Formats: sequence, C-alpha cells, structure tokens
Amino acid sequence: MKFFRGSAASPGQPAPARPAGQRLTRRSSGLAELTKLLASEETLCVLDLGSTSAANILYLTERGHKIYSEDLLDASTDPALVIEDDLGKPTLDSKIFLTENLVYTGTQFDVVLFWNLADYMDESLVKPVIGRLWSLIRPGGMLLAFFHTREAGPDSPCYRFHIVNNDTLEMQLIEARREGRPASAAGFQLQRVFNNRHIENLFRDFSSIKFFLARDNIREVLVVR
Amino acid sequence: MDASKTTDPAHIGRSVTVKGELSGSEDLFIDGQVEGTIELKGNSLTIGPHGQVKANVNAKDVTVQGKLEGNIQASERAELKKTAVAVGDIITQRVAIEEGAYFKGKVDVQREGSKK
Repeated sequence: MKFFRGSAASPGQPAPARPAGQRLTRRSSGLAELTKLLASEETLCVLDLGSTSAANILYLTERGHKIYSEDLLDASTDPALVIEDDLGKPTLDSKIFLTENLVYTGTQFDVVLFWNLADYMDESLVKPVIGRLWSLIRPGGMLLAFFHTREAGPDSPCYRFHIVNNDTLEMQLIEARREGRPASAAGFQLQRVFNNRHIENLFRDFSSIKFFLARDNIREVLVVR
Repeated sequence: MDASKTTDPAHIGRSVTVKGELSGSEDLFIDGQVEGTIELKGNSLTIGPHGQVKANVNAKDVTVQGKLEGNIQASERAELKKTAVAVGDIITQRVAIEEGAYFKGKVDVQREGSKK
C-alpha cells in the first residue's frame, strides 16, 4: 500500500487548478453491473455515503427504492474525533466515529454506494468503517467502491458522484463544508493507494469481489456481502 | 379571522424561540428557533434561512432553507434548498433537493400505487 498522506504538489509544479463545481462524466462498469440489481421490482434499501446528491436521490426514488444519505467523508473531519495515538501522533477515534455515524439499528441495506471514500478517509477509520458496513449489508447485498491506481498520482482531486443513467456518472469536485477541517478548503487529499491484494484484504469478510479497471486510473470494485 | 383565507403565512421571527408543540391550520414560516413538534396538516411549513428547528414536522409541503433536526412527513412535497442542513428522515410523495443542500437520513417517496 502506498501512502500519500501529507504529500503536496512539487514546488514549481502546482496541481492544475480545477474550478469548484466543475463536472466531468465517466462510464462506470461497476454501476452498470449494479443496475441489474437496482432494476429489481422489489423496494431496495440503498445507502449513499457520498456528499448529498439530489441526482442520486431522484434516480433511486424514481425506481421505487428507499435511499439513505450520509456524508461520511465530511463527518470524518469533525475536530472532536482527533486524539493522539500511542506515539503522540494525531489520529481519529474510530469508536466515537462509529457511535455517531453508520448507526442504523434494525436496517439492512441491499446496496451501499461507497464511492472513493477509502482513498480519502483517514487511515484510522477505513477498516472499522468497512467492518461496520459488513454488518449493515444484508447477505447478497452489494457495495460499490472506487480505488485509484498508483498512476493516478498523489494530487488526484476528490470527486463526488452523481448517477446520470444506468452506466454513467457525473463527477463533481468536492468542496470542504466544515470549518477547521484538516485538509483546508483546498479539498480532500488522496491518503493512499491500495493495490488489488490490499483491496481483497479490506473486503476479506465479504463473499465475492469483482474488479473493473477503468481508463482514468480508477479501479472499480463491486463487493458482494 | 378565518385562517384559511389569509395569504401571508404566520411568521416566527429570528429572535423568537419556541419550545413545545406547534399546530395550526395555516401556513407557517419559521426563521427563529423551534424545539418540539410541528403539526400543520394540510398547510405548508417553511423553515427560513435563519431558522433552527429541532422537531418532527408534519405538513402538506415542507421547505427547508435553514437547519432542521427531525423527521419530515410531507403529504405532498418536501424541498431542501441549497442552504438547508437537514438531519432526519423524509417521507413524502415528491422530493426536491437543491445542489449544495446537506442531508443525512432516509428518503422514502411514497407515490400512489408505488411498489412495496
């Protein structure tokens, strides 16, 4: 696993400015696969863990599904989560995080849209969050996640995702909402790059995992609980 | 005065704080602080840009511009404007969420004849 935490653009080679609100479209093989499940006549419970997306809410409710929305990346910037580890380095308290987030007593999800959270979330939260999601997804339920490849580079901007149609996503640069968040208003920073083995390890408690390699240095992963 | 014939909604201003049960048969605009429950069946509720509401709300139409912590039950329409910060579940027939709104909770759109 390659860590990028604390990295920045090289002097004299600033990352190209990307206007906030800029939107790009991309084809998503993972979404296309997931669509087969979303086309179900049954009412599904879908959990969207990205920034609030009106497009996703409309797309899913129009198909008769219930959608739960929770901005996990924004929640992870709560200053109250910061503690010191055994070496005195700042880290985030995953126990507190999970008492305030991903709390769905009695609800099991058919689909979780995890998007790119694992790449941008603090290291201390990633495994606990995946563990909690395992318990929230019903057996046979699916989770869609995106991971950068090493070629993407440390300055890959953090996007939020809006579903356009069955296999197309619109990507929008994320702006920080919370004041005092660690990564400043410049946006979230890529924390690490997982290779395939790390991804398989991350989801080892799930029953199956399927990889889709895209042209934009993103690996899409569809995991079945 | 017959409330149903009025055109301007009842108004809770920025400096007003209310704790308890609010119910009525006319439209209501809240720009202050309300904590409790709000029942406006058949009428509209608007939480203004300065409004801070901690309550479960039940109305025909609910529009949120400020902050709402609580569930929305809107018999016709729920709308979150771009400045809205809403935490709670929404049960309604139609929903509109503007770009920029923050929402944490469940959206359950219950259309007539919708699948179970």
